[in-house]
Amino acid sequence: MASLNLLVAVSLIYVAFLFAVAFGAERAAMKGRAGWLRSPVVYTLSLSIYCTAWTFYGAVGYAARSGLEYLTIYIGPSIVMIGWVWALRKIVRIGRSQRITSVADLISSRYGKSNLLAVAVTLIAVVGTTPYIALQLQSVTQSVAAFAAADPSIVLPADNRATALWVAAGLAAFTVLFGTRNLDSNERHHGVVMAIALEAVVKLCALLAVGIFTVWGIGGGVGQTLARIDASAQLGQWQMAPGRWSGLIFLSGAALLCLPRMFQVLVVENEDERHLRTASWAFPAYMIAMSLFVMPIAVAGLSMLPEGANPDMFVLTLPLSEGHTGLAVFSFLGGFSSATSMVIVAAIALSTMVSNHIVMPIWLSLSGKGAMVSGDVRHVVIMARRISIIGVLFLGYLYYRLSGGGTALAAIGLISFSGVAQFLPSMLGGIFWRGATRNGAFAGLLLGFAIWLWCLFLPSFGDGVVLPAGVIANGPWGLGWLRPHALFSITGLDPLVHGVLWSVLLNTLAFTGLSIFSFPSPMERLQGAQFVNVYQHSASPRGWTGGTAQSEDLMIMAQRLLGAREAQKLFQSEAARQGVQGYLPDPNADFLQRLERELSGSVGAATAHAMVGQIVGGAAVSVEDLMAVADEAAQIMEYSNQLEAKSDELLRTARQLRDANAKLTQLSVQKDAFLSQISHELRTPMTSIRAFSEILRDAPGLSEPQKHKYANIIHDETVRLTRLLDDLLDLAVLENGQVSLNITRARLGDILDHALAAAGGDPSALKLRRDKPREGLWLQTDTDRLAQVFINLIANARKYCDATTPELRIAVRTGEGSLMVDFIDNGAGIETDQQTLIFEKFARIGDQKAGGAGLGLAICREIMARLEGSITYLPGQGGAAFRVTLPMPAANAAQ
Amino acid sequence: MGKSVLVIEDEPNISEAISFILSRDGWHVATHSNGVDAVEAVRARRPDLVILDVMLPGRSGYDILRELRAGPETGGLPVLMLTARGQPKDRALAEEIGASRFMTKPFSNAEVLEAVNALIRP
Repeated sequence: MASLNLLVAVSLIYVAFLFAVAFGAERAAMKGRAGWLRSPVVYTLSLSIYCTAWTFYGAVGYAARSGLEYLTIYIGPSIVMIGWVWALRKIVRIGRSQRITSVADLISSRYGKSNLLAVAVTLIAVVGTTPYIALQLQSVTQSVAAFAAADPSIVLPADNRATALWVAAGLAAFTVLFGTRNLDSNERHHGVVMAIALEAVVKLCALLAVGIFTVWGIGGGVGQTLARIDASAQLGQWQMAPGRWSGLIFLSGAALLCLPRMFQVLVVENEDERHLRTASWAFPAYMIAMSLFVMPIAVAGLSMLPEGANPDMFVLTLPLSEGHTGLAVFSFLGGFSSATSMVIVAAIALSTMVSNHIVMPIWLSLSGKGAMVSGDVRHVVIMARRISIIGVLFLGYLYYRLSGGGTALAAIGLISFSGVAQFLPSMLGGIFWRGATRNGAFAGLLLGFAIWLWCLFLPSFGDGVVLPAGVIANGPWGLGWLRPHALFSITGLDPLVHGVLWSVLLNTLAFTGLSIFSFPSPMERLQGAQFVNVYQHSASPRGWTGGTAQSEDLMIMAQRLLGAREAQKLFQSEAARQGVQGYLPDPNADFLQRLERELSGSVGAATAHAMVGQIVGGAAVSVEDLMAVADEAAQIMEYSNQLEAKSDELLRTARQLRDANAKLTQLSVQKDAFLSQISHELRTPMTSIRAFSEILRDAPGLSEPQKHKYANIIHDETVRLTRLLDDLLDLAVLENGQVSLNITRARLGDILDHALAAAGGDPSALKLRRDKPREGLWLQTDTDRLAQVFINLIANARKYCDATTPELRIAVRTGEGSLMVDFIDNGAGIETDQQTLIFEKFARIGDQKAGGAGLGLAICREIMARLEGSITYLPGQGGAAFRVTLPMPAANAAQ
Repeated sequence: MGKSVLVIEDEPNISEAISFILSRDGWHVATHSNGVDAVEAVRARRPDLVILDVMLPGRSGYDILRELRAGPETGGLPVLMLTARGQPKDRALAEEIGASRFMTKPFSNAEVLEAVNALIRP
């Protein structure tokens, strides 16, 4: 015979095993070896918390009472899972990209992060879930009682309250331990998920084992079992109420989306969107397996167990009555698993909602510190969650105590479903309809919840418990149209269908109507865009996506805050700056900063930051994000500084290259011109020589003076030719560095006197201004070469100075280790672009005819280089000005 | 005969040589040594022939020829161009502008005489 002690021992061992599994999974996840934890199979199994103890035990009871109707509870979620996987995927994507922590968070986040809405959803969820938790406690205590009843040696406790309390306390401990290890609910609860996946396997195996035992162990095979089902008075008749069936299918389907615990495993604990693909067939398959043996067990229970046995306990009492204690214990563990997994996840989900949306806001406003104290707040959040878990379980226990654990609980499952189904319009409307507003959602939720309370929840306690029987029969204050089971005086509907129909219908109507007639706030609008267009906003299906700002959303926001024209101007100019066509620039860090600055002018910096962050990051912008932006900005600035320096350098190089190129081009032109020039310079004297020599030869009767004159011309031209050739040779020698210097001592003044005398031309035509005292300097250098330079400069001044009274000033200056002799005339000077060219050989300025071949200054430059000095053009002196510089040692040495 | 010629040449020795040769051939020779007002000199003297150097102080012989060819009175005037630059492009340029004859320095006296007489003959 089964012993209660054995049961307790097995339960404790099982719980210890669950602890170990959860602990192991946590450890593995922490060490990063959690690959197998993130498999689609684990995900699918964790979804099976949909099958609670209510399903495990209650389905058989349901079948025993209402035939095949129990199937609706499985059909609804299966339809959603198979047919609506795209909607689920969208919810999962939104959940991940928006860091959603619960149903309440989803709805409040969608409608402009309204905390009021979150509080409303949380309260509805708590009210709707608490009876369900109570139901689990009841099923565990009932199953213990069933065992106790089969063991006469045990004196049954007066009531089951102690058992329920112990179970509640144990579950609270487990949940606190593994459910609040991590603060961020997005850091998944690997331990818990692993434990409930294991429990899902246990409960399935247990139910299958009992079913197999029923069909083949005591039922005599499939054929006989089916025959017995046909024969059964209650089950055999195929009765199907279309209204009730469709209502139940709708309800259970909605529950899959709306139940806080389902949302927790479906969205929050989801590791990978692609797991949904596996779950979409594996989860319905699991449901089919769970429902496979419900009918056989129900039939066997009805026919074999004594009249009046609780059909809800057939799964347990059938093997017990047949003396199969081991199977019964296994079955008990299955039911225990169903109950505990549901309670654990529900407690986690509810505690997250309660602590995030009720406890924390209150604590923050009371402590007055704001959200700036990071360490403290983390601690408080974890405490709030733990207290919430204990609170939720205590509420469940309290409900169990108050309701007396009667049969009334059996119906509470569906009522609980219809309570949370009130979230459906706001939820689906929020993710598929951008026009949905907070006001609409709030109105719909409140109206639906109120109708649910009035028509389903309060009457569920039974006639006269909460609502007086008179009110249920005749309506409050005699208002017949307000009767809980016949709203608007429409009678004849099943009470459940009636309640669901009215609550969801009016909820949807209020939601839609108010959404159409109310305007969303900017934040709602933004969030709406983020939710409805989640696939455009989150590029990657994996991981948290950040920085996926939509320029269009930014534009919408900017237009609302700045006005359409200003915003468009801003966006257009930024787009132009980025080189993008149209109005929509890329939302890079630069632009976002600029936009934020613009916006902060209208709404203040903090709000602007939050609003931009809202679009850019989805969640609030963290300090790290800001640091990254600042860092990036600094890098960009540094980079642009480097670029600027680089481009300056490039500019300089380019300028030098351009100069060099210009010089080369000019030189090439000059060289070309020189060939003509040298030809001209050679041919001109040769022309005279040839012409006059022919005259002397051919013309008869020339007078002696004529002959003499022409002979002289020939002579002079020959000298000119020779001088030209001398110059060319001189330059060639100087350029090749083959010149040998003849260093002698002389006074500067004497050298100048010599040069002036040798320069030729009319000395009186050029007025001289000299600095005689300073010319007393003694020089030790190649004085002949230096004189050659001076001669050139003086001759040039005589040739080219175009002033009416030409004047040449020769200034002597010493300093900075050198001697400088400046030759400055009062002519027009030399054009700036020619100043560098004049020292090139063969260079001639313009095409004016001058005496030389353009070699003079080139020769001067070469000479000065040999003398370790230089000759330069001195701009800005009012005329042509040349500076001859000699190193001072050469000057000093002679003093 | 009594044909008149204007020699526009800045190199005095060459100018003198040409004057001597042509005078002995019976030409009335006038000389001009500046490029700037050479066109005015041609219009004032109305010679039968012009001998024009290319490299003149103040203005290039090519420019002067262009202006002469553009004027109604001087458009058909025979012009013998002289240049000390022997490059083909100089000759091409002179012919393009409308020089009647082009000679490179140094030239033989007989050549010059033959050229001017050929130009003046109808």
